[in-house]
Amino acid sequence: MSYSHHLPISKPVDGSVGSTGIWRSFRPVIDQEKCKHCLLCWLYCPETAIKRVGEDHMQVVIDYTYCKGCGICANECPFKAITMVREG
Amino acid sequence: MVVVTEVLTGNYSVAHAVRLSRAQVIAAYPITPQTTIVEKIAQFVEGGEMNAKYMRVESEHSAMAACIGASATGARAFTATSSQGLLYMSELVWWAGLGKFPMVMAVVTRAMAPPWSIWSEHNDVLAHRDCGWVIFFAESNQEVLDLTIQSFRISEDERVIQPVMVSLDAFILSHTATPVSLPDQSDVDDFLPPLGSRRLPFILDPANPAAYGNLAYPKDFMEFRYEVARSMEHARDVIVEAGREYGKITGRYYDSLVEGYRCSDADVVLIGMGSSVGDAKDAVDMLRDKGYSVGVIKLRTLRPFPFDEIRDISRGKKFVGVVDRDFSFGFGGIGYGEVSSAIGGRVPVQGFIAGLGGRDITVKDYVAIGERLVDMADKGLEPMSPIWIDLKREVFK
Repeated sequence: MSYSHHLPISKPVDGSVGSTGIWRSFRPVIDQEKCKHCLLCWLYCPETAIKRVGEDHMQVVIDYTYCKGCGICANECPFKAITMVREG
Repeated sequence: MVVVTEVLTGNYSVAHAVRLSRAQVIAAYPITPQTTIVEKIAQFVEGGEMNAKYMRVESEHSAMAACIGASATGARAFTATSSQGLLYMSELVWWAGLGKFPMVMAVVTRAMAPPWSIWSEHNDVLAHRDCGWVIFFAESNQEVLDLTIQSFRISEDERVIQPVMVSLDAFILSHTATPVSLPDQSDVDDFLPPLGSRRLPFILDPANPAAYGNLAYPKDFMEFRYEVARSMEHARDVIVEAGREYGKITGRYYDSLVEGYRCSDADVVLIGMGSSVGDAKDAVDMLRDKGYSVGVIKLRTLRPFPFDEIRDISRGKKFVGVVDRDFSFGFGGIGYGEVSSAIGGRVPVQGFIAGLGGRDITVKDYVAIGERLVDMADKGLEPMSPIWIDLKREVFK
């Protein structure tokens, strides 16, 4: 086409529907020493922003591209292994 | 040029135009008075006269969704509806317009309930005035056929890439048979090349996945609206070009967004749209015989709105009257509001409301309207709130 159009097209990449992580005012930080791999945070996260990694998929990490900082994981963690840190 | 003349209803004129335009996907959901459009197309497809995918969907909402899907893959899509059906479809009508999906939809204008009505009124189409669709109003069955064919070309033009609506009045056009001239298939093929993916700025392709219309933050949003606004402005030229080219194959030229009838030397001009403009023209002939200097402007397109054309034709006139087969409660006629914004106070504009829910707007009504406008002009009267024609005032005593 010789004429250019401005169209709302997005490719399937991280954050193509919006990097909701930019909404966050508090960031959950996991203390891997205290973590007992119970996976409650992974279960409760409403944004599926907690990923299971490692060979046995039992280690949890937070996907900060999508984590909105709601704090539910920190609230649910029975071992106080997640703390909410104010975003700078 | 091989010309065949058949006696066709407005609805069959649409169906023949869709057949001649080689539409590839038809989404069909019945509603009176549109049904015979998709019925006739079903017959064409079933009889092998059309090579199209005919989808019997479960609602108008799905009909438009199917057309959007078809259009997004580069197929030429068509559907038709009326009144309640158009309202049910509404969410997706906006998607098609704001998303720039080329397609054509015939809307047989019909009043909305309550009370139930199957007869003509323009509020169904006018409720979709702002969705990014090019909107035509047809006066005759011939115009219905001609505008439907042109609509595919306009819709698919790279400067436009927007959907197009062709409005025809319930029963007055949809079910009334008149002689209609059908262009030759090879002429239509020359006028309307196949669509295909290469003529579109974007298609959905599983081999190259992409999402269309995702969340846009305020910092990115306005430009998508401006893209549609710009396309609608380009549509003005594209409509005129298509109308000229169409004239070359048929002898019927549609080279303006409006049609003026006996306007150049008129003191007073009536403005309207749809089937009743034909009656207005007859009335003007009668008024001229009586010595009244009256002309008519037909709004062939409502979107894009013919600002310049109306401004030019109405310049120096003593009075303009707008006859609306619609009403915006708490405001007045919708056409009246639009025409007034084009005229910008340079000529007094009087609104008339007529023909709601299919009440006849007769030639006699138009003669009376014309005489009244001439009288207002002669007496130097100011325009007043909209005048309701043929209203049973005694009901409200």
